[in-house]
Amino acid sequence: MGRYIIRRLLQAVPLLFIISLVLFVLMQASGDPLATLGGRQPPRAEDRERLARQWGLDKPILVQYLYWLIGNDWTLVDVNGDGTGDQPGTRLGVLRGDFGNSLVTRQPAMQVIAERIPNTLILMLTAEALIIIFSLFIGVYSALHPYSFFDNVLTGFSFITFSMPIFWIALMLMYIFAIRFKAWGLPYLPTVGMYDPVVGRTFAQVASHLVLPAMSIALIDIARYSRYIRSNMLEVINSDYIRTARAKGLRERSILFVHAFKNAALPLVTIVGMDLPLLLAGAVVTERIFAWPGMGRLFLDHLNRADFPVMMGLLMLISVAVVVFQLLTDLVYTWLDPRIRYA
Amino acid sequence: MATTEAPSLPVSLANDEIPARSLWQMMLRRFIKHRMALIGFFILVGILLYVTIGSLIFTEAYANYNDTSLRLQPPSAEHPFGTDTVGRDILARTVYGGQISLIIGILAVTVAVTLGTAIGALAGYYGGLVDSILMRLTEAMLSIPSLLLLLVMAKFFSGKIPDVNLLGRTFSGSVIVIILIIGLTSWTYLARIVRSTFLSIREQEFILAARALGIPDRRIILSHILPNALAPIIVAATLGVASAILSEAYISFLGMGVRPPTATWGSMLDGAYQYLEEAPWLWFYPGLLIILTVMSINFVGDGLRDALDPRGDKKV
Repeated sequence: MGRYIIRRLLQAVPLLFIISLVLFVLMQASGDPLATLGGRQPPRAEDRERLARQWGLDKPILVQYLYWLIGNDWTLVDVNGDGTGDQPGTRLGVLRGDFGNSLVTRQPAMQVIAERIPNTLILMLTAEALIIIFSLFIGVYSALHPYSFFDNVLTGFSFITFSMPIFWIALMLMYIFAIRFKAWGLPYLPTVGMYDPVVGRTFAQVASHLVLPAMSIALIDIARYSRYIRSNMLEVINSDYIRTARAKGLRERSILFVHAFKNAALPLVTIVGMDLPLLLAGAVVTERIFAWPGMGRLFLDHLNRADFPVMMGLLMLISVAVVVFQLLTDLVYTWLDPRIRYA
Repeated sequence: MATTEAPSLPVSLANDEIPARSLWQMMLRRFIKHRMALIGFFILVGILLYVTIGSLIFTEAYANYNDTSLRLQPPSAEHPFGTDTVGRDILARTVYGGQISLIIGILAVTVAVTLGTAIGALAGYYGGLVDSILMRLTEAMLSIPSLLLLLVMAKFFSGKIPDVNLLGRTFSGSVIVIILIIGLTSWTYLARIVRSTFLSIREQEFILAARALGIPDRRIILSHILPNALAPIIVAATLGVASAILSEAYISFLGMGVRPPTATWGSMLDGAYQYLEEAPWLWFYPGLLIILTVMSINFVGDGLRDALDPRGDKKV
């Protein structure tokens, strides 16, 4: 087992290397961070040239990548912008934990990102909890009553939901639960931000602001997961060991919820493990619509200003999360299902 | 092609001329029996008629004609879907926007299928180093959330491709950008399917025979092995059109997609959420058309999967 984990981690190294190189090249060529520096007034040509030298943006792209990866304290950098190197650089590079400074705020990129992580986690974990609870309930119910009226309604509902763009769901929820409810004089939900600045960041405020964005994220996956659980559960219910359990005279409830459910819910571990790190990023659209100050919004804001240290940090963070979660998923799976062994 | 080896093959698409025809007929019959697929097919035909006949009724100039005195008009007899923020008729814009959305979906999938098939075929046929490199690349692509990658690439290509004139109409260069980036980010799934088919087929005797006859690799890949992967490719391509249309909608919704005056269903929704209360028709109708299209394509794709799957007989 230990060797398996080590081998998997070693395999991840070249993978992350390829990802970082591809993303770095794409990002460097995708915008000019100096162009948006002066706000509405673009910087003068000679200032741009000087800044490009000072920030190392005039270097070839692979050299910039090298600086990003291992830092530039081993070489001379141009501090006064006259075109020649003056003194050793100060950057340590990603491999030593330094993701560089944001070109917009001049703060360390990781600090900029870390400020947003809790907000995204609140949204994501709530959504994931909704997804798991609702899809398990719906999936198991549908499997126990296949082709009943309720099952057919849910099937139709999930086919439609599955085809909806997330922004349309979000707009629809906002329209119904905020605008229509307000018009009808019912209690309505807030749509923008994380809390009302007048009231402050209290639990009730965040919770009420959380409902609509979390529901928008959860709905599509509830539709997807519940179909998956339904078909798993149907398959398990018709298998031999369940028939044996029935023949033994076990109570129906313990057959369904102990024997069948355990095996039917097992594959859910895999898809949750695969989807969880992607949810970190999947909220770009939702965070934009609901003005939720999370990582997705951070990405959009800094993409428009070509702030590549922050974007690289964000994307690498998510890529590492994907790799780690894949490994964790596999490990948890062997623990849950003793039939599977990794050599 | 490999007629003499046919008995050693499982039932597949590429045996020989006469059974192949009846196989297609069998598939057609299975597809027609699939109720949802048939419903999806008719909705899809309806949408195609909507965007083609619609463009005979409204001119493109009318779809782009703005009159700010008519801005944000609710649906009426004259403007059945209402008007947008600069007074353009939303019904006419959904017609022309739909054409672009559908074209983007189909062409992006063409790019993705070509790339995915080529990469999967090369990796599966040659194995070894080629396989390792291509599969690491595929895994790398899969580890980056596709929407973020799409946005980065949209930014990378934006403004680098000029507008094009085709059939007397001007298409914004951003349409080509979107087609390219969706194609470049959605080939991974296909590459994996094609690779696994190649891995299993290349070990079979008829391939050995073909090699012994001195048939060049290119012909073996294209006409001996590839037809065996046709069924999953068709299904994945069909479902791919739906997700490409959705991807386009996401990028355009975030303001990084197709530039005005060219409309797509997605770009019509860009900024619409600012008029959530005043003008719900701004986002309701284009969104509804996206949902109908994606849903019907998904139905057709599911139907095709059941029809093309040789083991699927029991389901029908």
